[in-house]
Amino acid sequence: MTLAARLRAPGWYRAALSLVIGFGAAAGIVVAVRAMYGFEPTWDGNAVTTVSLIAMPLAFLLGIGCFDYWFYWAAGRPTRPEDHSGHGAYSWKDYFRVNTDHKVIGIQYIVTTFFFFIAGGLMAMLMRAELAQPGTQFVDSNTFNGLFSVHASIMIFLFIIPVFAGIANFVIPLMIGAPDMAFPRLNALSYWLLPLGGLMMLGSFFAEGGAFATGWTAYAPLSTETPLGQQFFTIGVQFAGASSIATALNFLVTIITMRAPGMTFWRMPLLVWANFTTSLLVVIATPFIAGSQFFVLLDRSLGTHFFSPGTGGDVIMYQHVFWFYSHPAVYIMMLPGFGIISEVVSTNARKPIFGYRMMAFSLVAIIILGFTVWAHHMFVSGMFSWLRVPMMITTMLIAVPTGIKIFSWLATLWRGVIHLRTPMLFALGFITMFTLGGISGIMLAVIPFDIHVSDTYFVVAHIHYVLFGGSVFTIFAGIYHWFPKMTGRMYDETLGKIHFWLSFVFFNTTFGPMHIVGIEGMPRRVADYAEQFATLNAIISASAFLFGLSFLIFLYNMIASWRHGPKAAANPWRAHSIEWQVSSPPPVFNFSEVPTVVGGPYEYGVPGAVHAVFKERRPAAVPTPAGGGAPPPAE
Amino acid sequence: MLSIGAVAAVIGVALALVIDWFPTRASGSAGEIDTLYDVLLIVSVPIFVLVMTVAIYSVVKFRARPGDTGDGAPIHGNTRLEIVWVAIPFILVTSLAIYGWVVLNDIEAKEPNTLRVNVTGQQFTWTFSYPGEGKVRSARLVLPVDRPVEFHIDSKDVIHSFWVPQFRLKSDAVPGITTRIRVTPDRIGSYEVVCAELCGIGHPTMRVPVQVVSASAFKRWLGGRLKAAGGGAAAGGGAAAGKQVFTASGCGSCHTLADAGTSGNVGPKLDELAAMAARFGKQRKESAEEYVRESILDPRAFTVPGFPKNAMPTTFKGQLSDAQVDALVKYLLGVSGGEGK
Repeated sequence: MTLAARLRAPGWYRAALSLVIGFGAAAGIVVAVRAMYGFEPTWDGNAVTTVSLIAMPLAFLLGIGCFDYWFYWAAGRPTRPEDHSGHGAYSWKDYFRVNTDHKVIGIQYIVTTFFFFIAGGLMAMLMRAELAQPGTQFVDSNTFNGLFSVHASIMIFLFIIPVFAGIANFVIPLMIGAPDMAFPRLNALSYWLLPLGGLMMLGSFFAEGGAFATGWTAYAPLSTETPLGQQFFTIGVQFAGASSIATALNFLVTIITMRAPGMTFWRMPLLVWANFTTSLLVVIATPFIAGSQFFVLLDRSLGTHFFSPGTGGDVIMYQHVFWFYSHPAVYIMMLPGFGIISEVVSTNARKPIFGYRMMAFSLVAIIILGFTVWAHHMFVSGMFSWLRVPMMITTMLIAVPTGIKIFSWLATLWRGVIHLRTPMLFALGFITMFTLGGISGIMLAVIPFDIHVSDTYFVVAHIHYVLFGGSVFTIFAGIYHWFPKMTGRMYDETLGKIHFWLSFVFFNTTFGPMHIVGIEGMPRRVADYAEQFATLNAIISASAFLFGLSFLIFLYNMIASWRHGPKAAANPWRAHSIEWQVSSPPPVFNFSEVPTVVGGPYEYGVPGAVHAVFKERRPAAVPTPAGGGAPPPAE
Repeated sequence: MLSIGAVAAVIGVALALVIDWFPTRASGSAGEIDTLYDVLLIVSVPIFVLVMTVAIYSVVKFRARPGDTGDGAPIHGNTRLEIVWVAIPFILVTSLAIYGWVVLNDIEAKEPNTLRVNVTGQQFTWTFSYPGEGKVRSARLVLPVDRPVEFHIDSKDVIHSFWVPQFRLKSDAVPGITTRIRVTPDRIGSYEVVCAELCGIGHPTMRVPVQVVSASAFKRWLGGRLKAAGGGAAAGGGAAAGKQVFTASGCGSCHTLADAGTSGNVGPKLDELAAMAARFGKQRKESAEEYVRESILDPRAFTVPGFPKNAMPTTFKGQLSDAQVDALVKYLLGVSGGEGK
């Protein structure tokens, strides 16, 4: 292709050109508008940066080709609904373009999010180096504030939330017997929005005045007064949020309309239930954080007064709007993990999920209750005090549906035939560690105790027990569990087990002592601390480094196994759900023939039970009389 | 399994209670909150131990033997069991919530003979005033023992959080509104106010001393402060007045100054101020005095290279009187070896 043709065709050349044009347009608009108003100076770096942060990502999306099809359609040019030219991956290059295949998008998501996971993890290492002893050693206070702010934002918006979207993207259509997601082009757009938000957050370190340093919570009025770096968060969140909302809509429509014949709601695997409920949460809650950050953006850039006291603004309102999203966000980061654990536990214990319907109902209960608890983050915020007690009660009630899940997984283990493969180890690690995180959550809900420990390391410990011992362990479980399906290769079981045990031990020695440090009186988000906390912090830092190193084993295992691992069978775990009934990796269009669902997804131990049948394989799968004992379809 | 679990639970509870979790108790509410935490531990540890026991026991007992390709028992559920594990947690958390509510009402109850203290947060220090006691102002918090105190807390700039760990109480300082909390200090000693809400670059060092003293010592201290306030105004700006402004405005949270005994490291070391003022003043065509004055009142005009821009609060312009600024400039140049001496 000539250079001119490359610059016209969707792809990286056109994207690079668009970025330049995007920046030019942004700068031009700012200069023109400032000149018209007579503002001095006409060239304002902050204003140009702000407008560029909005214009350049949009230009990039245009350039890479996210909108081409829709523009053809809008312009009345010929479009082919059955055009699959952007579908599937035949070489590694296909992962670096706009691709409409849910399996490719799933892997794009997972690899991208793990890149950000590593970036966020390195920031954590730097923070622990600084905190290893009191005083200032490696980074100054401003950089440190930037580090924990970007660390949290990256981990939440660029790792945990989207990696679940990635796993679900790959697995859900296969699980429900669909050829793809309902809106493949929207799916591709959702993916490409994501790294833009992430790079913006990382890029904030290069902004004048340093990275945004107001925590991922970005409380106003601190966030409306800090230097330019804050804009990178305020706008970056919009891109990550838009990605999240679009994916959630896609999941909802896919799950509602594209289930295979016979796949009733009560035959759906719990991972599908989990993503269904999570998507409801995302669609309802995420617009609130978008709103809160738009208000901050307007306060910063256009001089509005949403959050400035003394001019009619309301400082507390920011927190209400922010937490109305950000508490449900905890469940957005947890429910898909619950789904993964159900798949892994049932498959590896070779037993039906205990209390399947209660497991699904408890997901629904959690999302409903999840909207009624946000102000428990604000017990000391100075909000009207009567709201505290109802929020304490609703918060503690969430322990009931969560308890149902924990106890049902335990009951699923009971009298099973337990295979302690790596994903199962992570599932068991999750069940125990998440119980601890849940317990400290109950403690934090009790107002008088929360008054003492809010904004301390106790909270840091709690959130890491919930989001690392909880969410990230489920992510590891899921990655190991579906690794053979995604890559067509087996991972190394020994390395996997070593990874688990090292993570499990060092996770606890890192975050366990933080409970004590917090209750003893160490506030969170500080680069420096009183002498009395030195010993425990040294232990925490040492553990944190070993914890960080343990991740390298995982990384090596994934990369080496992906390249050279032994070929995986279609169904190495002898699981019943549909994604295991197709080859590993699955064919480009998933199914040559749509499966028919004839039973529940977890009927292990029920003689002759089958979840789904394919016509050509039907003879082996005809429901046999009790006692027939036909094995599930295996290779 | 049950007996193993029961023994483990007892050991777990004992271990959890043996750990010395809390800092010193120095208020009436501290005891109640610590007891509440112990109760929470006593309830939670057995639940955690139960989960661990079932998980470990199942893994040991039901682990697949090598080559075992069989399935587990096809148990789909058990309604009675499920009702039990809905009901028991429900009852547990409801009782804990009620207990928590009772404690909350207790620690926030109004009491007679309350001392009112106004607390003001600003980047990056706390100031205190005693409106009922002749409007005494102070840069450290002094409280009489065993007398109920009501704090009225506000902020001049961003959100801070007023926390004294030994009192187990905390409340955000929010610009635009006044928050209130009550506490009764009951132990003589020295503690610290710690800022618990991220407020910017000087947040880690935003700590000021708290002293709980006997009623008579408190009276003496108030008397001394009242006299000093009168005397300071009369003297109108000696080195002592400058030092007093330095301390009261919280400059030490960010700046090191040997004479005032501060060791903040967010901003430049003020022990070298005279030299810096000479050097940068020359660059900016200002006298040393003009340079220092500008740095305090209009800090965005110039930042010493190597230090973060936007860190120095801009609020001092409206907050300090001309006389106070004069005294401060003179004092700072003086102690750092400049012409003010």
